[in-house]
Amino acid sequence: MDLFEYQGKQYFASFGIPVSAGDVAHTVDESIAIAERIGYPVVVKAQVQVGGRGKAGGIKLANNKDEVRTHANNIIGMDIKDHKVKRVWIERASDIAEEYYASFTLDRAAKQHLLMLSAQGGVDIEEVAAKDPTAIVKLHINPIVGLSESVAKKAAVDARIPTKAQDGVASILVKLYGCFVKGDCDLAEINPLILKPTGEVHALDAKVSLDGNAAFRHPEWEAFAATQELDDREKLARDKGLQYIGLDGSVGIIANGAGLAMSTLDVVNQVGGKAANFLDIGGGANAELMTAALEVINFDTKVRSIFINIFGGITRGDEVAKGIVEAMRRVSLRAPIVIRLDGTNADEGRRILAEAGIAADKLITKSTMLEAARSAVAIANGKAV
Amino acid sequence: MAIFVNEHTKVIVQGLTGGQGKFHGLRNRAYGTKVVGGVTPGKGGQDVEGIPVFNSVADAVAATGADASFVAVPPKAAPAAILEAAAAGVRFIVCITEGVPAQDEARVYATLKRDYPNTRLLGPNCPGIISPGKCNIGITAGEIAQPPTKGGKNVGIVSRSGTLTYQALFELKQQGIGVTTCVGIGGDPVPGTSFVDCLAEFQNDPETSAILMIGEIGGSAEEEAAEFIKANVTKPMSAYIAGVTAPAGKKMGHAGAIVSGGKGTAQGKMDALRAAGVKVGANPTEAGELMAQIIKSLS
Repeated sequence: MDLFEYQGKQYFASFGIPVSAGDVAHTVDESIAIAERIGYPVVVKAQVQVGGRGKAGGIKLANNKDEVRTHANNIIGMDIKDHKVKRVWIERASDIAEEYYASFTLDRAAKQHLLMLSAQGGVDIEEVAAKDPTAIVKLHINPIVGLSESVAKKAAVDARIPTKAQDGVASILVKLYGCFVKGDCDLAEINPLILKPTGEVHALDAKVSLDGNAAFRHPEWEAFAATQELDDREKLARDKGLQYIGLDGSVGIIANGAGLAMSTLDVVNQVGGKAANFLDIGGGANAELMTAALEVINFDTKVRSIFINIFGGITRGDEVAKGIVEAMRRVSLRAPIVIRLDGTNADEGRRILAEAGIAADKLITKSTMLEAARSAVAIANGKAV
Repeated sequence: MAIFVNEHTKVIVQGLTGGQGKFHGLRNRAYGTKVVGGVTPGKGGQDVEGIPVFNSVADAVAATGADASFVAVPPKAAPAAILEAAAAGVRFIVCITEGVPAQDEARVYATLKRDYPNTRLLGPNCPGIISPGKCNIGITAGEIAQPPTKGGKNVGIVSRSGTLTYQALFELKQQGIGVTTCVGIGGDPVPGTSFVDCLAEFQNDPETSAILMIGEIGGSAEEEAAEFIKANVTKPMSAYIAGVTAPAGKKMGHAGAIVSGGKGTAQGKMDALRAAGVKVGANPTEAGELMAQIIKSLS
């Protein structure tokens, strides 16, 4: 789960990382009230999960009430790369002497934590890395050893952070590491990490991605989850407890297992179609689950055909078939189903489907993934079955 | 021969009295696996359909001589269960648990490496391992796996995805090709066992003639495998990578399956494997057919 900047800053603050005084606003009036409270000048920042906010006019400096009104009015409701701005973050403007970069991630290849630190912050770190790899210090941290203040200080020295800022940077690194580990982040990034003319070091931005698997020990994440930007299909799927990702094609996909679901998308693409979604119904495929899945697919008006790709392992093919027949009784589908059923008891499953009395143009059974994909794509493209 | 587990492997099930542990533990026993005990704290002395239950892994190992463990407990309890098994001297631990936080996985991996370097963890979030006809630990349906033919050409399978592992077993069975061992390493960010670990074992296993590998988007495990194959694997291989059409920035079900920052794309992985001499199929069926051609050419 990716956090908005304001949520990331609030999360940082809860781990003792210094951030600018600020608050989130949904309206112009709220924006003004916050600015009046924290004092001018303030920065009005669009809260969207996409880069290039500044260039799009989504970040503005305001020196007084009127300027806050103008900017908040312009920014709230603005469209930035297809992301509608629903809220703005109002924070006290900071004087900047220097800009650095700091982040923690899990390096999957090394199976260790990775600190990346650079004295050249404020810009795209990938660009810095491409131009001058030596400008970034990369330090692996053993998860059962952790990061000490002295190791953090050495990293600051190695990154050629000026002497006057080294202690401040080291202190923030240790806190950011605490946020990354105890806060169960996939990514905790500050860009820019600024040095103020007064000598303090401070997080001017926050990019935080949380590990959804750790939600069970973070009840405070519920507030974050509520603001996730899902389309209507994804909301319905979430309410039904399904692993669903909305895409923009016309072939609805239902598969059991994430790998098989991904593979199904690929095969549909190979034969000239486009998937409307990714949907993994997991190991089971009973009538309840299949009904929920078909309801979500049916909700998507772009869907022209539905490709159900099931491999029976422990879930037997006959159980899957019964689930589909029952689900088709419950849901009035706008698009025909093409099913590929393989694995354990697949013959029995196909027999159940054939004898269920469903019209031949509503339920088409194919014996391989490729044949089923061709059929589903042909239907979606308005051609004969 | 088989890798990691065989007909002599003695298995205990941590969480045998729970829903998943009981269901799969009993299935594994029915397959012929030597399931010698279960562990549930506080339930020592009971039994599950004749399988004795112990309070701790140490008790279970002492009483049964088990050398492998099947961890089927919820995500909160899995890290401690894995480390308990390692501390009790279990050499091979299979953890099927889905939803273990990445930070916990990283700590468990580092702890095993430091304190129990001879213990191998498979998973978490994996379907398990099957050496057809000998031993099945995990959730694989044994009936879709073709046992190896003595003196014939048999295949080893290693896969990051559960259902695609079954798909691979099924494709080979359709072709009448035997499997020495099928290892599901799981789709999480920090798997205990990697592609490289399995490729090294298959390369050294005299009964394995060729290797089928199933990867997916995210991370760099397939690229590392390609490097290893180039330098160390002489046995012919076919492969399939899922997720060519997966959009960037979206987790495709598995915690590890995400294309981010332009890295971990299926195309990059396929290119790396091809460059290492692996025959890459555009879908699982094609990978199976490529393997059938390989086996034919070896016979």
